[in-house]
Formats: sequence, C-alpha cells, structure tokens
Amino acid sequence: MGIAYIKRDKTGRINIKIGNKVDYTLKAILWSLGIVTVAAFLFFDYTGFQLTSALKETMTNLQTMFLTPALTHFSWGEALYQVGVTLALAVLSTVIGAVIAFFLALLSAENLSNQGIAKVIKTYVAFIRAVPTVLWVLIFAIAAGLGSTAAVLGMLFHSVAYLVKAFSESFEEVDKGVLEALRSTGAGWWQTIVHAVLPSTMTYLLSWTFLRFEINFSVAVAMGAAAGAGGIGFELFMASGFYFDLREVGFITYCILLVAILLELASTQLKKHYFPSQH
Amino acid sequence: MLTDQKRLSRKWQHLFLLIIVCCFTWLSIEMVQFDFYQSLLAIPTAGLWMVENLWITADTWREFPDIMLKLVETILMSVAATTIAAFISFFLGISGSTTTRRNGLMAGLSRGIASVARNIPVVAWALILLLSFGQNSLTGFLALFVGTVGFLTRAFMETIDEVGLKPFEALTATGATYFQVISKAVIPQALPQMLSWMLFMIETNIRSATLVGILTGTGIGYTFDLYYKTLNYEAVALVTLLIILTVIAIELTSNRIRKVIL
Repeated sequence: MGIAYIKRDKTGRINIKIGNKVDYTLKAILWSLGIVTVAAFLFFDYTGFQLTSALKETMTNLQTMFLTPALTHFSWGEALYQVGVTLALAVLSTVIGAVIAFFLALLSAENLSNQGIAKVIKTYVAFIRAVPTVLWVLIFAIAAGLGSTAAVLGMLFHSVAYLVKAFSESFEEVDKGVLEALRSTGAGWWQTIVHAVLPSTMTYLLSWTFLRFEINFSVAVAMGAAAGAGGIGFELFMASGFYFDLREVGFITYCILLVAILLELASTQLKKHYFPSQH
Repeated sequence: MLTDQKRLSRKWQHLFLLIIVCCFTWLSIEMVQFDFYQSLLAIPTAGLWMVENLWITADTWREFPDIMLKLVETILMSVAATTIAAFISFFLGISGSTTTRRNGLMAGLSRGIASVARNIPVVAWALILLLSFGQNSLTGFLALFVGTVGFLTRAFMETIDEVGLKPFEALTATGATYFQVISKAVIPQALPQMLSWMLFMIETNIRSATLVGILTGTGIGYTFDLYYKTLNYEAVALVTLLIILTVIAIELTSNRIRKVIL
C-alpha cells in the first residue's frame, strides 16, 4: 500500500496541498471579497474629488481639530450637560430595552417556551434588527415629534431586538439536566426560571447589557447628529455642518472619545471581575 | 460550590447594582424629560401611521432602478471598506497581539490606533471627513473604513491571542523564521475566525452606511433622507424594505459560510 495513496504533482514531488472544502471556501471568499473591492472603486462616484488637495486639506483639518481644540459656541458646563443628555438617552434605551428583552427572550428560548412562539418572536426580532436604528428613530419622529421620545423609542426597538437574540442564546445554553431536575420536583415555570435559569445566566445577561450600553452611547451620538435627538451628537453636527468650526469639532470629538474609552475600560474591568477564568 | 457567605455577598452585590441602575435611570429620565406615558401612546400611533402610510404602490416602483443603484453603491462601499480595513488590521493585529508581537512600542502603537479609531463614533468620522473630502462615495467609504480598522484590529488581536503560543513555539523550534511562523502557524489557525469577523463587519457596515449616507449625502442613506424630507413615504417604505432584504440576505449568507469554515 502507500504508493497508490500518495498524490504527486507533475515533477514527481509529493503534493502536500490537497485542499479540502474549508480551504476552498476560504479561498473563494477571499477572492470574491477582493474582486468586489476592486469593482467598488471602479463604480464609486468621484464628483468633486481631488486626491492631493483632499489629503492636504484633511491633514490641516485634523491638525486644527486635534491640536487646538476649543469651545466657542457653548461653555464647559453646557458641554458636560450635553454629554449627560447623550448618556441619558443611552441609559434609558438600554435599561428599558433589557427589561423588555428579558421577558421576550424567555418566550423565545427554545428550551423554555413553546416552539411556535419562539419561532415567531425570533423571526420578528430578526426583521427589526435588519432596519438601521436611524430609520426607526426617523419613523417614530413622525408620530412622536423630533426629540427624546422618538430617539429613545427608536433606539429601544433596536436594543430589544439585539438583546433578545443575545439573551435567548444564553438561556438556550442552560444545562438541560438542571432544568429537568427542577421540573421533576414539580417546580413551576417561574420557579425554574428564578432558581435555575437566572443564577446560571445572570453574568452573561449583565455583560451583554453593558456591551449594548457601550453601543447605545455611540448610537445616541449618531441619533443626535442625524435625527435631531439632541445631546453632544447634535452639537457635533452643528459645529461641523453649520458653523464650520473645526476647533469646536475637535473639542467635542475629544469629549466623545473620553467617555467611550472610560466605558470600554469599565467593561473590561467588569469582564475581569465576572469572568476571571478567561483572562 | 458557593459557600453561604459568598452567596450572601453575591446577593448584596446584585442589590447594590440594581440600586445604582435605578438611580441612573431616574437621573436620565429627569435629564431628557422622558415621558413614559406619552411614549407608550406614541407606539400605537406610530404603528397606525406606518400601516396607513408605508404602502408601496405601483407608482413607487418607477423609482426602483434609482434606489437599486444607490443600494448597490452602499453594499460595495461596505464590502470595500471591510476588505481594505481587514488588510490593515491584519498587520496591526499581528504587531499588537501578545503572541506575535516583536516589540512593546509597536504593540502599544497599534493598540492605541485601534482604540482611537474604534472609540470615535462613525458619525464623528463622517462629519470630519465630509469637511475636506466633500459629498462623494469616498467620504462614506473612509468613515466606514476608519471605524472598521478599529474594530477589526481588536478582534484580530484576540483571535491571534487565542491561537496561543504552542504552534508558534513549535515552529520556532524547527528553525523557522518569524515570517515563516506567521504564514504557516498563525494564519492557517486564525484565518477562519478572522473571516467570520469580516462577515460580521460587512453586515454592520451596511447598517452604518445608511447612517453615514444621511450625513454625507451618499448611498442609500441619502436616498432615504431625500424621500423622507420630501414626504414621499411610499418611496421611504420601498427603501426600508430593500435595506431589510439586503441585511437579512447577507446575514443568512454569512451564517451559511460560517457553518462551513468554523
């Protein structure tokens, strides 16, 4: 045996590159992504674009922004207040979203609920998740008027959809034996949830919620800029699109960056505290 | 097993957390004057409005080719931003990962670049770049690109970290050079996971592209904004529907790819 099973290439050397399905798929994806990228650059609309002047301008703009940040149209106190408003929008949509998502996730986890209901909720949630948040906010703005209500509702929709997926996946990972053990003692649905599901998934739920809070902060900035939801995002939009005040844009960007980095540090600390084994 | 004392302290921790969350929520409600009752009322009103106004009529289909053109532009923009960002992130990831890094300075630098790029929201990048690049596809592309570099660098670093030191050491022991080790030990092990992150980022970027488009006047976001501001709600419905279909199609495709490669 042996000889017949060794594949050789034309020069008689042993061919060690016998691909499998995974290799082929990987290569195919990489190639197609590359081709699409090249196609994209051929397709782009370059109206009013000149590379050298744009690059030069960007460099001077970035220099003005990040090296000489300053406030001209509002005070430090107001800047702090606007950051607070953005954080408040994020807190509200995350907290309310997490509470709603918790109950919906219980109904959509396949091991805790009826298969039919679970399917319906999961499909519905996938549908909501596919619509970008800004579209939800703009659609709610027509009914509720521009402002915090529309912003919170729009962000809430997306947060709920995101968290239902994350939560129900955590619930589905709960040990089957534990659930069976509790059910065999005659425990009701709520009792199984409180004594088996919650204790074993609590840390996951918390870390997903905090992750969503981080995301919601940048979404809230975006909603301020694109959907008039107020907060620091709106100030950023005004400074760049209305006053063309680069130094103020720089200052606001620093504010946002600072908050975002603080949130990221907090979340890594929380992760270390709750999941010490992974680090 | 948890001892009784530990369990008790856990309970207090959770209670403490709950109180903090309640305080923050109350503070937030005060800050933005959020009205629960009014919001509850707004949901059915909005639902009713959507049912009444968001109907796609035969008239709207005339806009279909224009919308499709913009949608294709948006998809291409997201894919191009992700692919090129992945290329850059790959090198940043290798020089920043604890497994493969060569010196602390480079590692710190790549981590710093990733952190700044990731934590300044895409919106801010879009507004900053709009000032000098003007209203064209490249502005949207660059805004997505910068954010994607930030995210993918972190993801790639973690993926390379997970490969671990063992294959690295094994190949080094045979006398392989640094680049041989990277190409024969690190890349084959990390590539499927990296591709999975890229697919995730393409999905995310299509959603962000809508937002960036509204701000920079490019792609499908701009189309949406135009119809929205001219109160052409039938076209708004069509645009939204097409975005939903695109996102779901991409999600399903990448799920299938993930099943094969992971």
